[in-house]
Amino acid sequence: MKPDVLGVLMRHFVLLSLVAIGGANAVVPEMHRLAVEVEHWMTDRQFAELFALANAAPGPNVLMVCLIGFQAAGIAGAVVATLAMCGPSCLLTYFAVRRWEKSRNERLKKIVQRGLAPVTIGLIAASAFLLARAAVHDWLGAALTAGTFVLMTATRYNPLWLFGVAAVLGLLGIS
Amino acid sequence: MTGAPMTENQTVADEVTARDLFLGFLKVGTQGFGGVLPWARRMIVEERHWLSEVDFTDLLSLCQLLPGPNIVNVSVAIGNRFAGPLGALAAVTGLMAAPFAIVLALGMLYAAYGTSEALGSVFRDLGAAAAGLVLATAWKVAKPYVRRPEAMIVAALAFVAVVIFSWPLLYVVLVLAPLSVAWAWRLAR
Repeated sequence: MKPDVLGVLMRHFVLLSLVAIGGANAVVPEMHRLAVEVEHWMTDRQFAELFALANAAPGPNVLMVCLIGFQAAGIAGAVVATLAMCGPSCLLTYFAVRRWEKSRNERLKKIVQRGLAPVTIGLIAASAFLLARAAVHDWLGAALTAGTFVLMTATRYNPLWLFGVAAVLGLLGIS
Repeated sequence: MTGAPMTENQTVADEVTARDLFLGFLKVGTQGFGGVLPWARRMIVEERHWLSEVDFTDLLSLCQLLPGPNIVNVSVAIGNRFAGPLGALAAVTGLMAAPFAIVLALGMLYAAYGTSEALGSVFRDLGAAAAGLVLATAWKVAKPYVRRPEAMIVAALAFVAVVIFSWPLLYVVLVLAPLSVAWAWRLAR
């Protein structure tokens, strides 16, 4: 490991942090370019597998950067990459939200939020559709998707146990 | 804004400490399979009543416009609202702590053993379950807006841009957000 890898990780992810409008998934192609093509920290296949890992694990999907950092420079790399990816955007959000909540122009705030909310709704629906399209290949996958949807909308049961079922079914190779 | 069917009649918590924020988001982070948003909304709106349905969507929309992982931004915003800078720090630390450790552990296992066929199908089934959760969240977030045609048109445009035309998220947000705000502005006059 070259000693300047941590610095390189920091530089890349501080920049990504500040351009990731719309969320971490917006910069996945750029992460791929940096990790695989520019810095050669991993192969194309490793990137795809680590991405699946980050998505399957609990927690924000931004933790893909933790895996890239680990692959590039071990535990220190994981810490640096995660802090670099989350720090700048957190600070920006902190100051922006404080300013927003201090503003007294209630009418303007209402209009901006009523305008932004539908975009958010469309984006959440789109990510649900894309997730389903990638994951549902058979009736069992479809049943899992429908099952969590119903548990979440029509009951007060915690859908967590369905994830347990999903993991076990996958392990047994039933689907 | 007359006639907008907003449900603001929920009871909303008024006192949330930094400790509550840390523990609440710690739970969200640990549960958050397949993305954290559905779990965060469930904890914040349905279980602990920290925010109303509409307030949550408003805050999420604002955070979506700012760079960085949306849900991390949401934790900062909610932490700050209830307990200032310490609250923001407590919320974001709670959200990241457990998942960071878990993902790092998985990364080490991966570095040592690689992945196997069995794990591939585990991931796929977990993904299918996660898709149902996100779908449910989309439905719940949309519910207060379904009777406003302009909102549904913008939501449909965002959906089509991402799903059918595969536009990068950045462009969808940068193009649609100003247009939608301008439309809301016109309607409000």
